[in-house]
Amino acid sequence: MARITASVYTSHIPAVGVAMDLGKTQEPYWQPVFEGYEYSKEWLKENKPDVVFLVYNDHGTAFSLEMIPTFALGTGAEYPPADEGWGPRPVPMVHGHPELSAHIAQSVIQDDFDLTLINEMPVDHGLTVPLSVMCGQPEAWPFKVIPFHVNVVQYPVPSGKRCFELGQAIRRAVESFDEDLNVQIWGTGGMSHQLQGARAGLINREWDNAFLDRLIADPADLSNMPHIDYVREAGSEGVELVMWLIARGAMADVNGGAAPTVKHRFYHVPASNTAVGHLILENNI
Amino acid sequence: MSLNKPYKDIPGTTIFDAEESRKGYWLNQFCSSLMKAENRTRFKADERAYLNEWKMTEAQKDAVISRDLNECIRLGGNIYFLARIGATDGLTFQQMAGSMTGMSEEEYRNMMVGGGRSPEGNRYLGEDGDAQPHRQPQGNHNKEEA
Repeated sequence: MARITASVYTSHIPAVGVAMDLGKTQEPYWQPVFEGYEYSKEWLKENKPDVVFLVYNDHGTAFSLEMIPTFALGTGAEYPPADEGWGPRPVPMVHGHPELSAHIAQSVIQDDFDLTLINEMPVDHGLTVPLSVMCGQPEAWPFKVIPFHVNVVQYPVPSGKRCFELGQAIRRAVESFDEDLNVQIWGTGGMSHQLQGARAGLINREWDNAFLDRLIADPADLSNMPHIDYVREAGSEGVELVMWLIARGAMADVNGGAAPTVKHRFYHVPASNTAVGHLILENNI
Repeated sequence: MSLNKPYKDIPGTTIFDAEESRKGYWLNQFCSSLMKAENRTRFKADERAYLNEWKMTEAQKDAVISRDLNECIRLGGNIYFLARIGATDGLTFQQMAGSMTGMSEEEYRNMMVGGGRSPEGNRYLGEDGDAQPHRQPQGNHNKEEA
């Protein structure tokens, strides 16, 4: 039986990827950011998954305004890094797990979540930066990745409650897959940031840390928070944090299991325009 | 019945909803085209000619040419799409975001290094935070120029 062993949460800031690609990680500005992932890289080596179910948002890259699905599941065999305007990032091809994807599609859609299924798409920094901060710069990514896109760009965007419930459906789907697979679910994006207008640069350290506290201790209650609170308190792009509730909803305690162990927690300001948040939770089964 | 849009009262913030998306469709489609290297080359060679290939309004084209991202947003642009223009110009996301505040690049970067913009006074229109309309333009840089 496949099982979800852990969840990882991290911001997916494009400048962090650029800093890695250009070899700037030891510069004084970036050093504290990357130090926050040192433990995580070691932890991932010791807890190497077969598959990472990676929740992120496409930033108008694979999906232009011609078409934006609310929830889209990657079902393909491979996904190339995208050209976001600077040329593609020099990172490895992302390899999927089509069999597990197809199984999850069948299960989650029958569980009343209307997913769009994607066989081919380029993946942008939302997906590749989390891989880089957790894995460093390998020749090939050390596990399969199932991309899962959430629209948080064009409103209306899905509620925290819907995301939390979707995470629960994903856990049921993974656990009903016959092959013995170690699966991690990663929720990415977020912490306070605003990239637009006169209010650009908003950072709410207190709110961000309260979010992390509540995500660990009482995600069900946190999932009821309305979008307007994210936007008002954490900036217009802070709403990306609803994606962390998908990963959290897939953890065992939400279904009556034991509380997860907090393996790592990190918070830093700034990286480019944003706060960096990061958390690793392990299931206790 | 009117739709629920509680996000209209936040200073310096435009939420990109379905209405904004409709307004800015061709502007954002133009931006998306800059994800191809050959289109970036063509745009840089003759910006006006390239923009004329898109069903954008003249105001949208002017806002792109003057790199006025706040005006682009007012005309339906979304920052993630507009970022393609900045990328084509070789700018970082921080330079793009900073350009909308009226602060100099250095002032904006220093604000971020100092912990970022405070939410105090910037949650609702009519408060007295630095992102409020009556406090614009921000930054000493801009005041010296004015």
